[in-house]
Amino acid sequence: MSREATSGTVRPILASAAGLAAFAVFSAGLVALTLDLTRERIQTNEDLHLLSRLHEVVPPDLIDNNLHEDTLVVEDDPLLGQQEPVTIYRGRREGEPAMVILPVVAPDGYNSPIHLLVGIRADGTLTGIHVTRHNETPGLGDGIDSRKSDWHKQFRGRSLDDPSREGWKTRRDNGEFDALTGATISPRAVVQAVRKALLYFEHNRERLFAEPEPEARGETP
Amino acid sequence: MSQQSYGEILQDGLWTRNTALVQLLGLCPLLAVTTTAINGLGLGIATLAVVLGSNVLVSLCRHWIPHTIRIPIYVLIIATLVTTVELLMRAWFYELFHVLGIFIPLIVTNCAIIARAEAFASRNTLPRAVADGFATGLGFAACLVVLGGVRELVGQGTLLSDAHLMFGEAARGLAITPIPDYPGFLLAVLPPGAFIALGLLVALKNVIDQRLAQPAPATEPGHPAATAPD
Repeated sequence: MSREATSGTVRPILASAAGLAAFAVFSAGLVALTLDLTRERIQTNEDLHLLSRLHEVVPPDLIDNNLHEDTLVVEDDPLLGQQEPVTIYRGRREGEPAMVILPVVAPDGYNSPIHLLVGIRADGTLTGIHVTRHNETPGLGDGIDSRKSDWHKQFRGRSLDDPSREGWKTRRDNGEFDALTGATISPRAVVQAVRKALLYFEHNRERLFAEPEPEARGETP
Repeated sequence: MSQQSYGEILQDGLWTRNTALVQLLGLCPLLAVTTTAINGLGLGIATLAVVLGSNVLVSLCRHWIPHTIRIPIYVLIIATLVTTVELLMRAWFYELFHVLGIFIPLIVTNCAIIARAEAFASRNTLPRAVADGFATGLGFAACLVVLGGVRELVGQGTLLSDAHLMFGEAARGLAITPIPDYPGFLLAVLPPGAFIALGLLVALKNVIDQRLAQPAPATEPGHPAATAPD
């Protein structure tokens, strides 16, 4: 009798489990099928998206190579603000180093860390900056975003010594860079992140341009 | 239980029981993404696709779904559809996907969808479930677009300013700026503005309902269906 009672409770449980398993298999199949159909297109989109963002900081005619084919992976560095190895993009013209693009993170954004690309010419001047990911207040701090305002343009052509090293602050902090109306924290975070990127470039210039071909791996001195 | 006609199903989803305006379900994405009309439209269409698909699947499978585990199965179906929609958006509306970001996966948590699966699709035939999913999704999407439009207009003085994210570069011309040199009204873009705008929309709907109910004084305000003799 006890055996019958057991099988009486076990059977519905098994039936439920089988039903759930069947739906799980069906769901996984549907997702796998969609992923398979869209994978190539998504990859293309992501490459194009990355490339278009990289080119935001590349002046026309400065380079003649494919940025995403000449990369260098370096270990995280406090100056870059990243927690994981960083992919650096290198622009060349006729084989000669022309510029690098450093992806950096400003950890002290108002709402969350600000991710940006910093383009630096071989001579240490900035080609431009482009904020790629941020969560700053709409209408105030989001002016750091090049889609929202021209605030980012003031960095073009600047370098560590232009303005002076003490001047790498916002005007509010007695520096040389404009802040945004109503926003102090976001511009301050970006200015400091750009300054650190330039410092990183200064410390690592040789290494950044050293290994010429894409096979480069994250090697540190 | 008497069956609703298709007209009633549509009217219910779009107006009488509108997910956003009456049931106030799915408010998290509703309030968070509706900073522009196009954002609202993007999330609205994604939600419409998911609620439609989930109603279709649940209705098709309703005889095979064991009653005791129906809720996990609905969740599974909805999560699958959301993942599928997310992949499709990344493939064809990549820019818009970037703008909407986390709110696409969060469609899973829109309880309006599972509510339709449980309350309607699991008890009705496929065509009726399709009608219900369509009406519910469209009602929600319409509310998202209106709310986004109002906040965009009041906040930035523009309409359809991000149309190119959805329809390609050619649609950039769709953007209109009814008020040139508009200084902007930050509150409308920030989350409190979303609550205020939604509150005003709900109030507007109630006013319209009351006006409609007045010609027939016997009808209880807000529940005109109560007198339908069937």
